Amino acid sequence: MAVIEVHDLQRRFGSVQAVRGVNFEVKEGEIFAFLGPNGAGKSTTISMLATLLHPTAGTAKVAGFDIVREPDRVRHSIGIVFQDPTLDDRLTAEENLQFHALLYNVDSRIVKERVPKLLEMVELLDRRKSLVRTFSGGMKRRLEIARGLLHHPKVLFLDEPTIGLDPQTRARIWEYVRGLRDQEGITVFMTTHYMDEAEVCDRIAVIDHGQIVALGTPSELKALVGGDVITLAANDQEKARQFIAAQYGEPIVTPSGLQFEVTGGETIIPELVARCPTPVRAISLRKPTLDDVFLKLTGREIRDEPPQNHRPRMARIHGGR
Amino acid sequence: MGAAATRAIYTIWLRDVKRFFRERSRILGMLLQPILFLVLVGNGIASSFQMAGAPAGFNYLEFMFPGIVGMTVLFSSVFSAMSVVWDREFGFLKEVVVAPVPRWTLAIGKALGGSTTAMIQGAIILIVAPLAGISLSLATVLKILVLLFVISLALASLGLVIAANLSSMEGFQIIMNFLIMPMFFLSGALFPLKNVATWMAVLTKIDPLTYGVDALRHVFYGQSALGSLLIQFPILTDLAVVILIGAVLLTAATVSFNRTA
Repeated sequence: MAVIEVHDLQRRFGSVQAVRGVNFEVKEGEIFAFLGPNGAGKSTTISMLATLLHPTAGTAKVAGFDIVREPDRVRHSIGIVFQDPTLDDRLTAEENLQFHALLYNVDSRIVKERVPKLLEMVELLDRRKSLVRTFSGGMKRRLEIARGLLHHPKVLFLDEPTIGLDPQTRARIWEYVRGLRDQEGITVFMTTHYMDEAEVCDRIAVIDHGQIVALGTPSELKALVGGDVITLAANDQEKARQFIAAQYGEPIVTPSGLQFEVTGGETIIPELVARCPTPVRAISLRKPTLDDVFLKLTGREIRDEPPQNHRPRMARIHGGR
Repeated sequence: MGAAATRAIYTIWLRDVKRFFRERSRILGMLLQPILFLVLVGNGIASSFQMAGAPAGFNYLEFMFPGIVGMTVLFSSVFSAMSVVWDREFGFLKEVVVAPVPRWTLAIGKALGGSTTAMIQGAIILIVAPLAGISLSLATVLKILVLLFVISLALASLGLVIAANLSSMEGFQIIMNFLIMPMFFLSGALFPLKNVATWMAVLTKIDPLTYGVDALRHVFYGQSALGSLLIQFPILTDLAVVILIGAVLLTAATVSFNRTA
């Protein structure tokens, strides 16, 4: 069953078309990620689904409710954690949760029972009486996740949930997110520009310049790259490029060398090094990652600044819907 | 007004009140300022100031005290209402904005929170009334509290209207210097307005705080000889102006929060 249905959703800011008509569905209990560079339209899409921003065109339903016509019902059905903390840091952890319960009309008996449980889950039970201003970034994020769950939402929106956090904290937050899905059957919709994070999601929509350029499971997306990824650095890059283009197809120029895809890379390497017309300085072989997928689909690495007037290539595995 | 809206207003009010009692240094700072005014400015002016037609034994501090109470609620309510700009910058506002409650409740909750805390601060100043040679009966204190709440609500609404049109806290100093300070000076808090030049008299009459301070003097002096000398307008005029301005500003605040927040 689809818990989020998005149909040709668009958003324009003045002359800038931030989201150019996206279509997708998120199934109940799924961890679904929007993967793309900064400015790709991820946060704008989340804002529209969370009823913070009106779409310029298109429709969407969250938990069965229309985001434009039934915003209050949508709001009751979702929890949301923004990129920047939205806690009151002059209040204690517990008070922040209590205020949230008041705003969402959570029954006080349920609050009494649920607040300690949630705080325990995010390992903040012993800090419940501490002012939030004394918390680290990771603790704040964890508290926000607990707060977002307090009113039993069907969908939890996480906008770059681990940005700016250290690796251990990121790993812990991931544990919580997966635990939530397994124990509470909650649907998680998140945005990220960390490839390793997208990798553990059920399905990923790769978004660039306000459009979904690919959508599928991580392995389906990696299959787009086809085979192994070889990166080769040579003394004369141009000569090497011509050679590779003739033998294996046009390589992509990356800072670490020329990158291209082959099948059965292990057997190709010796032959490649022997026949290359210019001395090979370095060569590496690896299985494709989502970085390669993004590079292949957009011609850029995800951390790059988006070049002007770039048109993304469309490569949809199975349509958005 | 639905249950959701009432709850939201209560939540936002409660947050302001809780934070108020937690920030002891802020309370202390806001209490010290009026006491400084009273002790240093008040005594300084008292030593050289002679009011025309003042009864024998008239004490300038007695005149100034209601003005200082007015000053306290002015700064406190405007400041706490404008803190919504911080909430916007540091995120908490977003938590309210994504909640299933109407946005205008934020304006009402903030206005009530700001006026409650301002009223409490004004009330605390009353403790030092004996310093100014004023003794207050319990009934008078209660009347003053009600009046302070009404005045603060109007001033907090003014703060909200400003905040809704301010994108960052950078404009705060300008507002303080060019709006709030003149409002204080022109309100008659520090000097009687009866004999000021015409241009200034016009300004004092469009200053809502003038009516608030005047109403306070009604309650402070009652029917005494000092009262008839220092009071400018009938109490009903004062109340009508404060309530009307408050209602207009609060409406404007709710409208602009519905639009911008």
